[in-house]
Amino acid sequence: MKKALFAVALLGLVTTLAPPPARASDAATARARRWHALSETIFGKRPLLDGSGMVSLDAPYRALDAALVPIKITLAEGRNVKSVYLIIDENPAPLAARITFGPDAAPHELKLRVRVNDYTDMQAVAETADGKLYMTRRFIKASGGCSAPVGEDDAAALAGIGRMKLNLLRPFTVNSPLEAQLLIRHPNFNGMQMNQLTRLYTPARFIDKVDITYNGSLVLHMDSDISLSTNPAITFGFVPHGPGTLEVVAHDSQGTVFRHGFALPLTSD
Amino acid sequence: MNPISSRRALLFGGACFCCLPAHGRAAAAAGPFATEEVAPGIYIRRGVDQEATRPNRDAIANIGFIVGRNAVLVTDSGGSLADGERLRATIRATTDRPIRYVVISHVHPDHSFGAAAFREDAPVFVGHDRLAAALATRGEFYRRRLAALLGAGRAGSVVMPTMEIKGSAEIDLGGRIISLHAHGTAHTDCDLSLFDHQSGLLLPADLLFVRRMPSLDGSLPGWLHELDVLQAIGAARAVPGHGPVAVDWAPAVAPLRRYLTVLRNETEKAVAAGVGIEQAVRTVGRSEAGDWVLFDDYNGWNVTEAYQELEWQ
Repeated sequence: MKKALFAVALLGLVTTLAPPPARASDAATARARRWHALSETIFGKRPLLDGSGMVSLDAPYRALDAALVPIKITLAEGRNVKSVYLIIDENPAPLAARITFGPDAAPHELKLRVRVNDYTDMQAVAETADGKLYMTRRFIKASGGCSAPVGEDDAAALAGIGRMKLNLLRPFTVNSPLEAQLLIRHPNFNGMQMNQLTRLYTPARFIDKVDITYNGSLVLHMDSDISLSTNPAITFGFVPHGPGTLEVVAHDSQGTVFRHGFALPLTSD
Repeated sequence: MNPISSRRALLFGGACFCCLPAHGRAAAAAGPFATEEVAPGIYIRRGVDQEATRPNRDAIANIGFIVGRNAVLVTDSGGSLADGERLRATIRATTDRPIRYVVISHVHPDHSFGAAAFREDAPVFVGHDRLAAALATRGEFYRRRLAALLGAGRAGSVVMPTMEIKGSAEIDLGGRIISLHAHGTAHTDCDLSLFDHQSGLLLPADLLFVRRMPSLDGSLPGWLHELDVLQAIGAARAVPGHGPVAVDWAPAVAPLRRYLTVLRNETEKAVAAGVGIEQAVRTVGRSEAGDWVLFDDYNGWNVTEAYQELEWQ
């Protein structure tokens, strides 16, 4: 998976150097060509089936803040879905996230916050347990989400790195699906931000792996990249089969590991 | 796409300028524009309450200059090279004293891109000690967007500060002392305000918006705090970064404080109730809609910024 993300990142660098298309029809052709190249890199020759009724992708048509675009992926038959890919074609690293569900997941709805660098197609691809791929696409108007840096200095951005928060969006009920939001404090530096003291560009440092388990059983695993917004947020569902501990292990591209356990039901709320 | 490209887009990247043809330097001469003498020796040009467009040259901020016995201080320099050149022509039509200082109140392009018009005067470029980092990070991004909007020859280039203010400092224009204060993160992370001792006039730049919708690009609690810091100066009158060229401080700051407070309270409530950011941008702050020009262009952005700050508190 790591290799695939890297390959896609390279592809992003190469293709963004191509001259921009002049006309709308050319733009559509260029988008189709780009997606063809991307999908081959990520999925090889596997067919991508029409995801209507299977997977849907919600995002604002025009982003308010290109550095934080809230997106929602809804899976009609979540239990049959083993993983979901989010691909933002025009981003420097187009494969924004790949999420694999564990046995305790209730994969009905997923929310992420992403950076969008240019007017772009965005695809959600759901992979079912039998290995079929279902795709849905949206076009989104936003630009500058990757090249526009976070609005604070490194010291402020790094303050509290690895802190986590868990918000339960429904009351905790044993054996019934629970929707939760996980926030991870992390600047997700994308390599385009400058350190104010050294006046050097801060090297990319971003969350690249997250594992969420409940009482030791996998809820989900996420591979991610610089397309996730500063302080990554993920909203997901799972089924608690009793009180216990939701454990999060997040890993960043510099090899730092952040762990946090949340005892459920939460007592602080 | 929307043919009217916006300042919000310029700042934050909501829209695409790449489809607009780039022209060379405009034929329109860089002649003087009208200013108002808001206090003896302080001249301010009112920025239009619009988004940045090709016709308005990004001349949307209140900019101007202060004349002392020995020198002229520019604050701010304008939203583009074209805007800065007109300001320079206006100064030359007003006084022949040398332009020794050019203040860049913060990183935003409508306040910083006129600075290049003053390079030939070899002035001291004055900014917050975090301005250079902010310009280094965002300046090129702004320049490209401005060039796509106005044409490369009219946009200007990034000018770095040569005098960096940390805490407070004073500049003497010859019998006229200007105090400068580098603020904590508020409207942006590099806001600088000026106070003219001779007239008692405060120049808080974009820490004060009047009637034109404010944009939050720093810290919401920080901005509310810095309004208190400004309040403590005790100035009766001020020059807002956007809005009328001069206002009475107390009645002018009240609506801004009210909007920021509504934004804070309603965003905190949304966060606490588990209302997602995508919902909050549609509901928070709506009661303020009638009170601000360009409300819909900025409120959703402001909520997004407030939300991601406050959800961690």
